[in-house]
Amino acid sequence: MSSPVIALVGNPNAGKSSLFNQLTGLRQKTGNFPGVTVDKKFGTWSIDSQTVATVVDLPGVYSIYPKSLDEQLVTDILANPDHADYPDVAIVVVDASNLHRNLLLFTQVADLRVPVILALNMLDVAHKQAKEVNAVKLAMRLGVPVVRINARTGEGLDTLKKAVTSQIEEPTLPGKLFFDPADEAPDLIGDTKQQYGLDNNYLALQYLIQHDGFTFLNRQQQIGLDAIIDKHQFNEQTFQAGETITRYKRIAAIVAETMTNQRPIGQPTWSQKLDRVLLHPIWGYAIFGFILLLIFQAIFAWAQPFMDAIDTGVAWLNGQLKESMPAGPLTDLLTDGVLAGVGGILVFIPQIAFLFLLVSLLEESGYMSRVMVIMDRIMRKFGLNGRSVVPLISGVACAVPAIMATRSIGTRRDRLITILVTPLMSCSARLPIYTILIALVVPSQRVLGLFNLQGLALMGLYLLGLASALLAAYILKLFLRTKERSFFIMELPTFKLPRWNHVGLTVWESVRSFVWEAGRVILAISIILWVLASYGPGDAMEQAEARVRQQNPTLATDQLQNQIASERLEASYAGVFGHVIEPTIRPLGYDWKIGIALLSSFAAREVFVGTMATIYSIGNGADDEGVTVRERLLQERNPNTGGPMYTPALAWSLLIFYVFAMMCMSTLAATKRETKSWKWPGIQLLYMMSLAYLAAFATYQFLK
Amino acid sequence: MSKRSVADLKIGERATIQSFENQVMSLKLLEMGCLPGAEVCLCGKAPLGDPICLDVSGYCLALRKSEAATIFVD
Repeated sequence: MSSPVIALVGNPNAGKSSLFNQLTGLRQKTGNFPGVTVDKKFGTWSIDSQTVATVVDLPGVYSIYPKSLDEQLVTDILANPDHADYPDVAIVVVDASNLHRNLLLFTQVADLRVPVILALNMLDVAHKQAKEVNAVKLAMRLGVPVVRINARTGEGLDTLKKAVTSQIEEPTLPGKLFFDPADEAPDLIGDTKQQYGLDNNYLALQYLIQHDGFTFLNRQQQIGLDAIIDKHQFNEQTFQAGETITRYKRIAAIVAETMTNQRPIGQPTWSQKLDRVLLHPIWGYAIFGFILLLIFQAIFAWAQPFMDAIDTGVAWLNGQLKESMPAGPLTDLLTDGVLAGVGGILVFIPQIAFLFLLVSLLEESGYMSRVMVIMDRIMRKFGLNGRSVVPLISGVACAVPAIMATRSIGTRRDRLITILVTPLMSCSARLPIYTILIALVVPSQRVLGLFNLQGLALMGLYLLGLASALLAAYILKLFLRTKERSFFIMELPTFKLPRWNHVGLTVWESVRSFVWEAGRVILAISIILWVLASYGPGDAMEQAEARVRQQNPTLATDQLQNQIASERLEASYAGVFGHVIEPTIRPLGYDWKIGIALLSSFAAREVFVGTMATIYSIGNGADDEGVTVRERLLQERNPNTGGPMYTPALAWSLLIFYVFAMMCMSTLAATKRETKSWKWPGIQLLYMMSLAYLAAFATYQFLK
Repeated sequence: MSKRSVADLKIGERATIQSFENQVMSLKLLEMGCLPGAEVCLCGKAPLGDPICLDVSGYCLALRKSEAATIFVD
């Protein structure tokens, strides 16, 4: 059994990801976090009974000269035959409707002498534009196998399989380089080849031009290349510009022979007609605003029936377990600890699924690039970039993939600012907290006969997150000065119908990782918390119970049970911790019970609701089967005033706190990884926490 | 009279690329198919007039006005 490595290379929007999904199906690993393609993705593809290939999906690039960090990966692999992912065969996916530009990358990859196959995709789009490509002629002119495929429908995959097999068994390489740098600078290339033991002229050129970015060269090798450049007075930029122009000239000759183009010049395609509306000064923003509003309505209104069903289901299961299992610590742990904590999370699956469904539809259709264009000018004012829109919008799902998505921003400062402010966008882990607290204090009414008031409140919180992210970016811009020129050059892809299998895969991945990754943490913390809340130092808890019984000899059983349970909780380890931090959070309106929830959610904010559920179900002694978390919070009384504990002032103070607070270890770790220093996650933690504390304080004092 | 650049085009106007002002920027633009001698057409503008959209080499390229100003046309 052999296991060759096959790399997928291509321009963005050429259909690389479609092909990857066709080849690997569900047998792919996207890393821990769902979202945009930023890291390389792996999958397996059974070519025949003997061969299972590893398919590597590389980020989309326009040339092998990287302009941003994610593009660096492609060159790092293809220029280094010792790399673990160096492919046996590279499939270059080419958009037939844009043959010129796509062939630039193709000829560069072929010139690195990687065995290539040209997968000619989107022939149907080309056909609609009255362009026909002759694949046989193209194969002859290029000297490599050319396969016609349709990555959306899977047509042509059998032929592709055969081509891959024969390229592995006996690689066909083009007779000569498309662009031979030795034609222009024979001595320079000769010197480099000799000193570095290379036998490919074009690879030698890459060593010269890109050596600072090549991680596989050591410091001494890089200095050696600088010396060669000095000796020959080699101007990299002029040479690179000349290379691109020469390649395009040769490509134009090849395209002229192999493609017929009968599209009348100047006739707008339907994508361009659509763009006139979507980029319109008024309609453009109106449509974008409407789409955002629709997303929030969907999250609140459409997800509600599913959430109610899960909520009642968990409460019912809890009641059943309590009834059928023998009373004792184990039953209590299972119901009050595990089920309360995990149930608090399962409820949010519908909302997460809707959120990812809609965001992936925006990406799939090509609308997201229009959003980048209409937002670039505004973003620039705040020290950001049109490309920051994708991280910011993905941040609504999860800040971790969003921070990884900043790699596509070419300018260092724009990228750093985007990383620092992205966690202010309200992520899906905040959604459970928002939902439950909004439901407590905002009535479920319709305004203007169309919008649900709770949906509007939710949108308000998201907008607050966005506004604070922009403001923080503006302030950071004043501190971070740079000489580097910020740029925004981007292809606007044609509009496409979403590929439902991609959308489905994204939704499935996000729900799975939310339940699995977050669920495990929550489960662990729920159990620890239950132990801390059920046991106390020495016999403090027993003393508390005895005291209650002594002081209230006449109380009815139910009330007595509740009183005992709540006093016992206060005397437990968890209660002690809660009391320790109570003085610091008292000005925000929180008591020691909320303090416990704050402490436990410090590493991951999604733990908050689960903790609340656990605390309040332990704190209620009487029979309370079938009661949901929301109802428990509604019943909670303030011991000082006798009124409801969750007043609007308290709920809003908590909501505002969670809008701003940096309570997510994974995000800090992602910032550390992407900025390669502890300084930036430190600054991020400090500024967001101070902002959260001050804003929550102001909210509570103002509404009290 | 200063040279005309792509940033000076009106919507729907065509022009042929002559040269570039800035070498670093030209490397990126060349790769995207903005070659000397290539015909471009300004096909649209973002709501605030910036960035702009160019029809070049059969596809739509969005770029900032300041970047378009580095592409000289005849």
